[in-house]
Amino acid sequence: MNETEKTTPSAEPSSASCMIRMEDVSKWYGDFQVLVNCTTKVDKAEVVVICGPSGSGKSTLIKVINGLEPFQEGEITFDGVSVGDPATNLPKLRSRIGMVFQNFELFPHITITGNINLAQLKVLGRNDKEAEKRSMELLERVGLMDQKDKFPAQLSGGQQQRVAIARGLAMDPAAMLFDEPTSALDPEMINEVLDVMTELANDGMTMMVVTHEMGFAKRVADRVIFMDEGRIEEDCSKDDFFGGERGERAQEFLSKILTH
Amino acid sequence: MEGDFDFDIIIQSIPYLAEGMMLSFQLALLGIVGGVVFGTLLALCRLSPFAPLSFIAGSYVNFFRSMPLILVIFWFYFLVPFIVGRPVGGFWSVTIAFIMFEAAYYCEIMRAGIQSVTVGQVYAGQALGLTYRQNMQFIVLPQAFRNMIPILLTQAIVLFQDTSLVYVVGLGDFLVHADIVANRDNRLMEMFSTVAVVYFVICLMGTLFVRRLQRKFANE
Repeated sequence: MNETEKTTPSAEPSSASCMIRMEDVSKWYGDFQVLVNCTTKVDKAEVVVICGPSGSGKSTLIKVINGLEPFQEGEITFDGVSVGDPATNLPKLRSRIGMVFQNFELFPHITITGNINLAQLKVLGRNDKEAEKRSMELLERVGLMDQKDKFPAQLSGGQQQRVAIARGLAMDPAAMLFDEPTSALDPEMINEVLDVMTELANDGMTMMVVTHEMGFAKRVADRVIFMDEGRIEEDCSKDDFFGGERGERAQEFLSKILTH
Repeated sequence: MEGDFDFDIIIQSIPYLAEGMMLSFQLALLGIVGGVVFGTLLALCRLSPFAPLSFIAGSYVNFFRSMPLILVIFWFYFLVPFIVGRPVGGFWSVTIAFIMFEAAYYCEIMRAGIQSVTVGQVYAGQALGLTYRQNMQFIVLPQAFRNMIPILLTQAIVLFQDTSLVYVVGLGDFLVHADIVANRDNRLMEMFSTVAVVYFVICLMGTLFVRRLQRKFANE
């Protein structure tokens, strides 16, 4: 896409518009290679959907970005900061990257408000009043103001996932990673979560989303990455991907999930 | 008379027995608090990815779990003054012995508790930018403690019973005070029956409380 940038030898790889850059990233679990020479980048305010069959390395691909999973080869930078560099302060870097998990992972022993407050207080060093104010704004935004004093187990799956999104946003992250955010939800709750994510994308949030929700991809994504057996098989614009400019594997995968 | 069960002697010796019981409670409390704190640190070491640390903690646990408590109490009674270089008194040597010994058991309980917290919870804490310490303090350990409360309390009841072993170093706990009265007045039957009933009631109440907690947790 950006031919001119590569020809300039002195150009820093982290150009002003690039948020996440992965270069030749490989990862092994023992002998098994989960990621094979993955190269891609995500620009600021870009929404990238990652899809592919289960076990293709999608979740691992986003978990290496914030260093939850280590990788053995290649390089990843987030906003110019190297993730693999042992000198990098990983907790600090992670606090700038929001993450939403398949199983919500709200902290069961603290209230909804407490969940959203915690890292604001302990990581960002906000005081009680500031944290509370931000948490209330976000609960309002995801439509869960009336649940603020409950514990996670008292909420439905869809509500819990919206709280999890609010918890990530409370850190005012530079990007958000979503790891199959709707896969554990009952069908009637999927849309309430996708609506929040759509709104977020429209507000200009940089997002990487692992999902099988192709409707969401069509509506919201700028680009689609298709993975198979640890490789990035397709990395193209949404229009190219859904317009038929895709390889055989991606075609096969799409026809499988769309015929149901 | 020798043959009659004499309740008066029990009632008369209540203040003296209570004094002994205070010591039993003190020892149990210090042993539990110290044991849980030290045991939790040991558990963190045991789960450390740094091999030497986990090896040392593992060896510690295996060592103390292979020793009879009464031996540890005796041993520390002579060892602690030797290390500190001055007499510390029976109470503190016994307290240290209890903490060191019980920590080995609490370590294993807390290790299971920490492992009962799912990796997803750990990831969630990390992803928010919490450091290892913060993640343990605010996310993992509170859940580990909560999951382990019934077993921690059961171990506490065992520890309370074990405090009676301090008679070997001449400390005046509940059992020792009862023994003194029994021998002084030749009322062995009365005094030892009283001791048995008191231990039974306290430990039974503890056990019933644990069972209620377990039911409460199961319903949540």
